Amino acid sequence: MSVNYDVTETLDVKGASCPMPVVKTKSAIDDVPEGGVLEVLSTDKGSMSDIDGWAAGTSGVELLDQVEDGDVYKHYVEKTA
Amino acid sequence: MSTEPSSTADGTQPSAAELQARVEELEETVAALEADDEQQKMTIVATQGTFDMAYPPLILASTAAAFGWDVVVFHTFWGLDILHEEKSQNLQLSAVGNPNMPMPNALAALPGMDRLATRMMQSRIDDNGTATIEELIDLSLEQGVELQACQMTIELMDYDEDDFYDDVTVGVGAATALQHMAESDIQLLV
Repeated sequence: MSVNYDVTETLDVKGASCPMPVVKTKSAIDDVPEGGVLEVLSTDKGSMSDIDGWAAGTSGVELLDQVEDGDVYKHYVEKTA
Repeated sequence: MSTEPSSTADGTQPSAAELQARVEELEETVAALEADDEQQKMTIVATQGTFDMAYPPLILASTAAAFGWDVVVFHTFWGLDILHEEKSQNLQLSAVGNPNMPMPNALAALPGMDRLATRMMQSRIDDNGTATIEELIDLSLEQGVELQACQMTIELMDYDEDDFYDDVTVGVGAATALQHMAESDIQLLV
């Protein structure tokens, strides 16, 4: 399945494990303008649950989608405020 | 409506202006309390200085900071070594009395076994892409985590305040830790 979002920025944290995907996502989203979409590429299986949980517990962000593409987990996070 | 100061002349009735000021003051207090309530707080007390036990407090602290929480990690006793620039590079895993080690205690007690066990763990950590302790400390500080070094333990261990990573908070004791714990939603002892 291919998803096309208007990606503002891509964060590549492939190879890094917990807590890096979440913490780096938070740092990266800080630099994304409002309305922008951050794409996060991770090989950490736990990132599926972790980024979901982080987005739910963090104001000003919305998790648009999570896609498993081979070995890579792709996350699309919108900065809403 | 009368706003004559006559009502305050006898000292029993506050004027409309005074009431207005009081209402504004209370509104500010409520707004501050509400804002404070939104901000989650966590306090972790890190007491262990072995290689394996250095990880949980730092992983939880940096992740909590990514949620925008106000996080304090109070390092005391052996936990202080995690913040010690030199010692943190050399934290050891204990092979003795560690049921997770695939060797009997009699063997684990031989010289060099702790070092061997640490090296095995280190290589697994590298293979797994898990961050180093130093990376996690930098990451935590970057995210605004307050890493506190217990002053009493600094003196007990005969450490110098300059021995710690930059931006580590020194000169704090149990009262400071308790104060943050009392305000925290989550308190953990590691």
